[in-house]
Amino acid sequence: MEYFLQQLINGLTLGAIYGLIAIGYTMVYGIIGMINFAHGEIYMIGAFIAVITFVILGMFGITWVPIAVLIVLAMSMIFTSAYGWAIERIAYRPLRHSPRLAPLISAIGMSIFLQNYVQLLQGARNRPIPPVIQGGFSVMERADGFNVSLSYLQIIIMVLTVVLMFGFTRLINHTELGRAQRACEQDKTMAGLLGVDVDRTISLTFVVGAALAGVAGVMVTMYYGVIDFYIGFLAGIKAFTAAVLGGIGSLPGAMMGGILIGLIESFWSAYFTIEYKDVATFSILVLVLIFRPSGLLGRPEIEKV
Amino acid sequence: MTAVAPGVRAHTLDIAAVLKESALAALVALLLAFPLVGLRTVDVLSRLTIEPHFAEVAVAVVLVFLGRLGMALTREGRPLPVLVASLVVAASAWFLPLPTMPLKLIAVAGGAIIALRAALALRSHHSTLSLAERERRMDRVGARFQDASRLIGPIAVIFAVALPFLPFADRAVVDIGILLLTYIMLGWGLNIVVGLAGLLDLGYVAFYAVGAYSYALLAQYFGFSFWLCLPLAGLLASLSGLLLGFPVLRLRGDYFAIVTLGFGEMIRIILINWYDFTGGPNGISGIPRPSFFGIADFVRNPEPGVLSFHELFGVEYSSIQRIIFLYYLILVLALFVNFFTLRIRKLPIGRAWEALREDDVACTALGINRTNIKLAAFSIAAMFGGFAGSFFATRQGFISPESFSFIESAIILAIVVLGGMGSQAGVVVATLLVIGLPEMFRELSQYRMLAFGIGMVLIMLWRPRGLLAHRDPTILLHKRKSAMQQQQESEDRA
Repeated sequence: MEYFLQQLINGLTLGAIYGLIAIGYTMVYGIIGMINFAHGEIYMIGAFIAVITFVILGMFGITWVPIAVLIVLAMSMIFTSAYGWAIERIAYRPLRHSPRLAPLISAIGMSIFLQNYVQLLQGARNRPIPPVIQGGFSVMERADGFNVSLSYLQIIIMVLTVVLMFGFTRLINHTELGRAQRACEQDKTMAGLLGVDVDRTISLTFVVGAALAGVAGVMVTMYYGVIDFYIGFLAGIKAFTAAVLGGIGSLPGAMMGGILIGLIESFWSAYFTIEYKDVATFSILVLVLIFRPSGLLGRPEIEKV
Repeated sequence: MTAVAPGVRAHTLDIAAVLKESALAALVALLLAFPLVGLRTVDVLSRLTIEPHFAEVAVAVVLVFLGRLGMALTREGRPLPVLVASLVVAASAWFLPLPTMPLKLIAVAGGAIIALRAALALRSHHSTLSLAERERRMDRVGARFQDASRLIGPIAVIFAVALPFLPFADRAVVDIGILLLTYIMLGWGLNIVVGLAGLLDLGYVAFYAVGAYSYALLAQYFGFSFWLCLPLAGLLASLSGLLLGFPVLRLRGDYFAIVTLGFGEMIRIILINWYDFTGGPNGISGIPRPSFFGIADFVRNPEPGVLSFHELFGVEYSSIQRIIFLYYLILVLALFVNFFTLRIRKLPIGRAWEALREDDVACTALGINRTNIKLAAFSIAAMFGGFAGSFFATRQGFISPESFSFIESAIILAIVVLGGMGSQAGVVVATLLVIGLPEMFRELSQYRMLAFGIGMVLIMLWRPRGLLAHRDPTILLHKRKSAMQQQQESEDRA
């Protein structure tokens, strides 16, 4: 029971991170129908910017945790937004009316480029930072001394995710940008005719998605304390799996899918084999797609001739 | 403005707007470059510190500003000053001590490209070709290539056959030939799935891995020879294709792509973790080399009772004999795949693939069993991947899961898509570009994958349908005309 609870906490934390990345996938897929393969690399860049900012803050002696974390979050969001915007502008916008495969290949190329770009500039070795936030609560203690702990960091990650999700839902449902976005998702041509700036809306979708991935990058840097240039690939695939699991195009679905993937991974590692946790994730993906191709919360796709 | 070239539209230049646009580009460049280029993390005494590189950032931002300015001015009809200025920038960048090599390269190449655009604008009055215009031109090139390929094809094959005996062909050349042919074979194999059946397979390397490991393991545990294992590896790969394909082929488009990607990763993870059986991350070494069709071995001093190749043919022993034999082996395998594809396109099943690619709902309405037909394409392509894999294993003599990562799948897919889906000649051209070009710049190996990524993006931007995409209908109602004539006619009509 205690062990289960501990895995539940770990899984939820991991799931929050996946969910934040998955939102970027699901939004982009919803609006232009492509897999933004480079999204995982944005998350990786977010993590690198977090490391850089933490080191600089350390050099300037700014170590009061709330301020440091806020600055890191802000930096990461600003710079990853720029990357998200630039990637869309350079690699995807010129291909908007091309055959479906062209933007995907362009995205794969972008992903390979960004990985190697970071590797060349920041080094191939992994980058560790000292733990930023330590300590936590002891939720429950078993007789044999096994301690179910909920660290402050895990609380921060979960609370931050909830806050971001709340703000994000408000953004989609109650702002002009959100309305434009939903309009473009339904029918870009019509939205354009009715005065929605389609290009700008799509750009902003990428910016918002990238900022959320940047936050996820900061979280993972603080959570694991070590990153390298290759973390984006696997995290990207898992987040995409999460988006599909929740029903691609659906925002609550992406968050739910992320949490489910996090839980599956954490429980699988705890009760079965840690080596095959990725295999478990992909198997889940295959099973979901076979039995419920539109995902848990997605609308079924209508085939048109 | 006196520098307006004759004929170029000379509307008033909104210098403020142009400057604003360039400044915006420079700002984005600053945001992109500042953290990752400007602030490098380095390990000093096992502690992470920051090494500032602000000069590089500044140069990059200035270059982006100038580049954007040049492009905007060309677009606004002021190509002549841009031409002069960009040539000056490119030339001075050549001599100025810029902080790093890549920056120098960007400055020189960027200056040259903008100069080219400006020169083009001076001649044709608009700086870039529209996408449609570009497509039409490239289609014509594609059509011409298609016509010529009846001639070029046999010449290329003759060249490939003669290559090992040409005067300049030393061991390195033949080795590169083997590498290119392996990718050509994989490209042709994947072309069946992607180009003909229109299924986006992101995990083709899985079947390559199955083929390679089947040979390696069968040889290790049972001592099977290469010639016995080659068909077995194909069979096993094809079976794994069936197993995977059966549940997932009902999925459409991108879902299918991501599941195949997942499958590719699963195979790799299993290979890494099933330590007792596959050797885990250490891989399998000492994989036996192929014999000369089971008759003779390629060794200097054969074991008693075994013939050796040089004795059999009465020639001097040389280690290159085996390399040349491997070269011909992969050449025959690759040509077999090509021949198979060319022929099967004319059979009912091949036509069904192409019909499914165009519209699978209509095909189902006509009574074609969608899943079975796709499954056939998938498992046939997997079989060819398996052949290539067991060839890879026997050539390397050593395999490990490292060789079968996602990047390999991406490279093979890039070859197919860059070449133009469904185009057999396109695969060859794209392989020469994607594999051959980086091979020539081995010394710049650390920038190889970087350039590969940029190259993929640029080629897609320039030509989204692939370099030699030209869809020749496999069946015609009226008499057959050459592709060139068709192109001409469709242009006349337009």
